Amino acid sequence: MSELGVSSISGTAIAIHGNDIDTDRVIPARYLKAITFSELGRYPFQDERFEPDGTAREHPFNRDECRGAKLLFVNENFGCGSSREHAPQCLRQWGIEAVVGVSFGEIFAGNCEMIGVPAVRARPEDMVRLQAAADADPSIEFTVDLDAMRITGGNETVELEMPENRRRSLREGHWDTTGILVGNAPTVREVYERLPYTSGYR
Amino acid sequence: MAKNTLYDKVWDAHVVTRLPTGQYQLFIGLHLTHEVTTPQAFDMLEERGLGVAYLDRTVATVDHIIPTDSMARPYADEQAEAMMAALETNAKRHNLNFFDFASGRQGIVHVIGPELGLVHPGMTVACGDSHTATHGAFGTLAFGIGTSQVRDVLASQCLSVDPLRVRRIEIGGALRPGVEPKDVTLHVIRRLGVKGGIGYAYEYAGSVIESMSMEGRMTVCNMAIEGGARVGYVNPDETTFDYLRGREYAPDESAWDGAVTHWKSMASDADAQYDDLVRMDGADIAPTVTWGITPGQSVGVGEPLPAVEEFEEADRPTVERAYAHMDLRPGQKMTEVPVDVVFIGSCTNSRLSDLRAAAEIAKKGTVAARVKAIVVPGSQQVKAQAEEEGLDDVFRAAGFEWRNAGCSMCLGMNPDKLVGRQISASTSNRNFIGRQGSAEGRTLLMSPPMAAAAAIEGRVTDVRELA
Ligand code: SF4
Repeated sequence: MSELGVSSISGTAIAIHGNDIDTDRVIPARYLKAITFSELGRYPFQDERFEPDGTAREHPFNRDECRGAKLLFVNENFGCGSSREHAPQCLRQWGIEAVVGVSFGEIFAGNCEMIGVPAVRARPEDMVRLQAAADADPSIEFTVDLDAMRITGGNETVELEMPENRRRSLREGHWDTTGILVGNAPTVREVYERLPYTSGYR
Repeated sequence: MAKNTLYDKVWDAHVVTRLPTGQYQLFIGLHLTHEVTTPQAFDMLEERGLGVAYLDRTVATVDHIIPTDSMARPYADEQAEAMMAALETNAKRHNLNFFDFASGRQGIVHVIGPELGLVHPGMTVACGDSHTATHGAFGTLAFGIGTSQVRDVLASQCLSVDPLRVRRIEIGGALRPGVEPKDVTLHVIRRLGVKGGIGYAYEYAGSVIESMSMEGRMTVCNMAIEGGARVGYVNPDETTFDYLRGREYAPDESAWDGAVTHWKSMASDADAQYDDLVRMDGADIAPTVTWGITPGQSVGVGEPLPAVEEFEEADRPTVERAYAHMDLRPGQKMTEVPVDVVFIGSCTNSRLSDLRAAAEIAKKGTVAARVKAIVVPGSQQVKAQAEEEGLDDVFRAAGFEWRNAGCSMCLGMNPDKLVGRQISASTSNRNFIGRQGSAEGRTLLMSPPMAAAAAIEGRVTDVRELA
């Protein structure tokens, strides 16, 4: 597949505070029953945004000023728990193009990469400042720069990190791996034939 | 860098090549699929004109969405029916080996893989479900993956992955009476934290693990992901080989010795090197209960709940949120906490040994008046075996409901759900807010005997004190 690589993302930011925010909170399981991803953009943090009777609660994803945000600022171990790709999918479809946090659940970070959404890390104290800036003024434009590995916006300039392989695959537009993996089919066949269990250990 | 570990050996045997991105292309020996994470993946395959590359390495079943009280079709929930129909269509179109209800082999994907003998030591396994690490109990590298990766594995039988570090978790000594594999895995997460395993594969070892049954090891490995580890495994040994012998998809007698020789060669060497080593003592583990909203927020059943100040500053907001959501207070004892619902099931604890252990407790009394208690076997085969032993009668006589196999109340995707603020004693693996189908619902994770004891007493109970 030939996508264009992602090198920088600019936009306003939305801050979700707290460690260990799991993917059940990002998108509750009952919204996983659809057989396409197409409607998911409506549901990020559904149970936190609305009372059981549907009344909107105070939540960053409900704030008018936050509509149109492209960046999501989070803390530690964001996206832990379930492997549901619906979590990054629903954020992406809502409009989020990059997630910046202290650390991520591993499957979540991998799923983000698979759909071309950088999940980049910042130091805890930097994250707190970035979140405070976005909370105080939701109109601040930030830029995540995957070449310089830094985010700038308002009065902040913060160093970012991500695994180099992930950064490369996003930069070069290789996040959709199917084509590359299928392209190596002859070598895959050799590995398959070499493995004792594929021939019943005979 | 780890060396000569099972992780390294299985990895080396399955690497296809290094990709231009720097990641590795890894061959997947067994791809387990189910209804929830495949429909979009099959659609993407079709858009690209691709098929399933290795049908002999791919199986399917249905578990998350099926109702456990009645299997009559069409399902009352239209979306569940559509999801099931999509899997049926895809299974037919691609000629998948599909263990559906009519096969008599349907069940939770992490229960049927081992029980059918599909999972062998030294394999790589992938499934669009985070609890795939369960299969590590057999000495495999088993990866939970997202839907786009399911597409990759269907199309190429491969994943693109980065290598992990290896942490050996050695649990020495012996467990005290009344302490279950579930308590071991909860204890490890409590000690190392829910993010302690990020970047690691966990190798579980030591006398406690070595003397544990395969079903116990599956319970331990099942929750590796809750500790942040992508995979968890146990080195294969005689217990592993005994479990596999004679199973439907295990090697037959003529190939058996060769298979065992290969399996033994995949285990970590005595002088293997690890990136990290953690030692624990089995005698320190008590029956454990979670009180919060992450699987790491747990206590020994007799301990008072911790003060907020005992946690690192960065974690305190989550702790405060947990106390508020659960309506619990520091200093309280879990044995004071009444329960509304008891759920015995899930890929963590729905195997025969779990049901036997719970039934032993169920014999001691009847389910408390205001408690709804359900037992959900992990597979049709587990259900049949349990019925042969009369466990269903034991449960029914005590006032438990006896259901059909599925994920049930582990997550809110089928009719088994918490309602409102209900609080459940659950043998599943996640106590996340909203996990059991009610945004306000509350979950206490514990072992099957502890859950059965809670059903009888109507509150969290130290199973060792149940007369
Ligand atoms: S039982 Fe629960 S954790 Fe296990 S596969 Fe089903 S939903 Fe996932």
